Amino acid sequence: MDVFVQIIVAAISSGTPLLFATLGGILIERSGIIQLGAEGLMLMGAVIACMTYLHTGNLALTLIAACAISAVLGVVHAFMCVTLRANQIVSGLALTLFGTGLSAYLGKSITGQPVAGAVPKVNLTWLEDVPVIGGIFSHLDILTWFSFILVIVLHLYIHRTSWGLHLRAIGDNPPTADVMGIRVQSFRYGYIIIGSMLIGLAGADLLLVYSPTWIEGMTAGRGWIAVALIIFARWNPIRALFCAYFFGALDTIGFRIQLIGSEVPSYFLKMIPYIVTILVLMFLGWRNRNKPSGSPESLGTPYIREQRF
Amino acid sequence: MKHLAKARSVGLALLVLMVVILSACSSNNNNKPSETANSGGNASSSTEPAATDSGKKMPRVAFVYIGPPGDGGWTFEHDNGRKYMEEKLGIKADTVENVPESADAERVITELAQNHDVIFTTSFGYMDYTLNVAKKFPNVKFLHTAGYKTADNMGTYFGKNYEASYLTGIAAGKMTKSNVIGYVGAFPIPEVIYNINAFALGIQSVNPDAKVDVVWSNTWYDPTAERQAAISLLDKGADVLLAYQDSPATLQAAAERGALAGGNDSDMTRYAPEAYLTNPTWNWGPYYTQVVQSVIDGTWKSEQFSGDMKDGMVGLAPLGSSIPDDVKKLVEDAKAKILSGELDVFSGPITDASGASKLEAGKALSLEQVLEMNWFVKGVEGTIPQ
Repeated sequence: MDVFVQIIVAAISSGTPLLFATLGGILIERSGIIQLGAEGLMLMGAVIACMTYLHTGNLALTLIAACAISAVLGVVHAFMCVTLRANQIVSGLALTLFGTGLSAYLGKSITGQPVAGAVPKVNLTWLEDVPVIGGIFSHLDILTWFSFILVIVLHLYIHRTSWGLHLRAIGDNPPTADVMGIRVQSFRYGYIIIGSMLIGLAGADLLLVYSPTWIEGMTAGRGWIAVALIIFARWNPIRALFCAYFFGALDTIGFRIQLIGSEVPSYFLKMIPYIVTILVLMFLGWRNRNKPSGSPESLGTPYIREQRF
Repeated sequence: MKHLAKARSVGLALLVLMVVILSACSSNNNNKPSETANSGGNASSSTEPAATDSGKKMPRVAFVYIGPPGDGGWTFEHDNGRKYMEEKLGIKADTVENVPESADAERVITELAQNHDVIFTTSFGYMDYTLNVAKKFPNVKFLHTAGYKTADNMGTYFGKNYEASYLTGIAAGKMTKSNVIGYVGAFPIPEVIYNINAFALGIQSVNPDAKVDVVWSNTWYDPTAERQAAISLLDKGADVLLAYQDSPATLQAAAERGALAGGNDSDMTRYAPEAYLTNPTWNWGPYYTQVVQSVIDGTWKSEQFSGDMKDGMVGLAPLGSSIPDDVKKLVEDAKAKILSGELDVFSGPITDASGASKLEAGKALSLEQVLEMNWFVKGVEGTIPQ
């Protein structure tokens, strides 16, 4: 049972950055805009968080700075995709390339400086003695708790409020939403910016909690995994939580198999996350072959008032 | 649709602009020997041979790094060595950071060889690329770290860091309470394996019951992977960790759990003074100075240089603040024996992990046997892919 709890704890700690980025991506894609810039936004969020924390030592300011920089990049993405109606895939890829390069450049001076202990933990000592639950929940940090709350809030927002209905409407059928009096362009701007802020927060979480030193390219593909998770989770925040932790667990499982004394070469164990990604995609594709994909119906299509599609 | 096409072309123009900015950024910090790659250096002055008082031509020197000098470990120490050499000889060297151990390395080394006289390639994986370039540029001198291939104009250098690994093992064996000691190894290659073995022999010299658990990260420098590896060892009950990696991630993870740990290459006290054990360190400065000086004097010859604790290339970081004095004394005594030549780390009897005898009492492994080691000593638990 101990091993089980340890794997869950490790899965939560490496899954939380993925979760933030996936939730941000879900908000953006629910509004009908493809989001492929997660890798770049996470890196920018991480590097700015690191710089701010090293200079000020203030956690709130650090998180605000990380959200602010990704919001600025979100505005660029929104301007390209909503106002200029540029190709959303190209714009997202450009953000990734841009964020990767710029973060490496900005991070030169702070590479290798530790930022340990930035995020306080919520120590629930009364919970410690409860089996399983105590082991998992008694020493989580505040950002992880925030991610739990965010999942519930976003789920209720998207599925249970009229604002959420509007969000789904502009993603599924913008002309109808427009006729209903919902300002499609403004809302798309808003959701892209808020979603981008969450992705920036994912970068800050990765840096402050998970790997407390800035290194060039430290996301190592996590932004892309988040893009895949949006699809695995079928644009649903609750499912996003489980998918993110599943992939978080894959990060750590290879080392644990080595420690059991398995004879499988460590090179093969390192391939586990990638092999599982392919298997999960095949399984989901097969299981859902007769169902709608859950994707917003006008995802990737720019909306132009009075134009037929 | 015409309207849409126009909007798209504006978008594409913006995209092109971003890519241009991006490439401008990355050419400043990556893979090109530019001014910014050399902190405080000046590329134009260093590519021109400078004249000294005696009228001798100063060689133009370049370094190829696997990581950033800010990694706090391996590349950090090579960069310190470069600065030491620059100060002693009054020259400026060029550096290129983050050069992958791939065909990129050959391109970078070739570029450097066109306007430099001495090139240090500071990672094992550069071996074949360095050799290829060395064949094409017979007048340039190449020095490769930790490899085994040489040419008339290509030498290698490394040090017996296993001597310091043994001493680290003495401290680890004394400090462990659970008798489970974890080791995060980069790759299952002899360089890492003989350090793990020396570490285990050091542990067993003071604590025969302790076991060493080995996890391979399959990377030299990836703090997130190193951290996951360290946490899986801590979860298994290890209370002392050592990492043969380039970053302090293992030490940071151990500090959060109240365990002790050491890193590699460099004194890592500053990352977690309370949780710090100690670890082997490198001091490349005097060697770099001596090599460049011999090139100036015209006496340089290709050789396979192996430094040790005695000549100072290998050192041991000061023990952490929570290590008691009697353990420090034990380590000091063993260090004195190594310096005097009284203690050889790999002296018999040695049995391997399966229990088979590898070396009889009274004998010692030759340096060649050590450099080809592909088996674990008794008490080490892990797998070496064959």
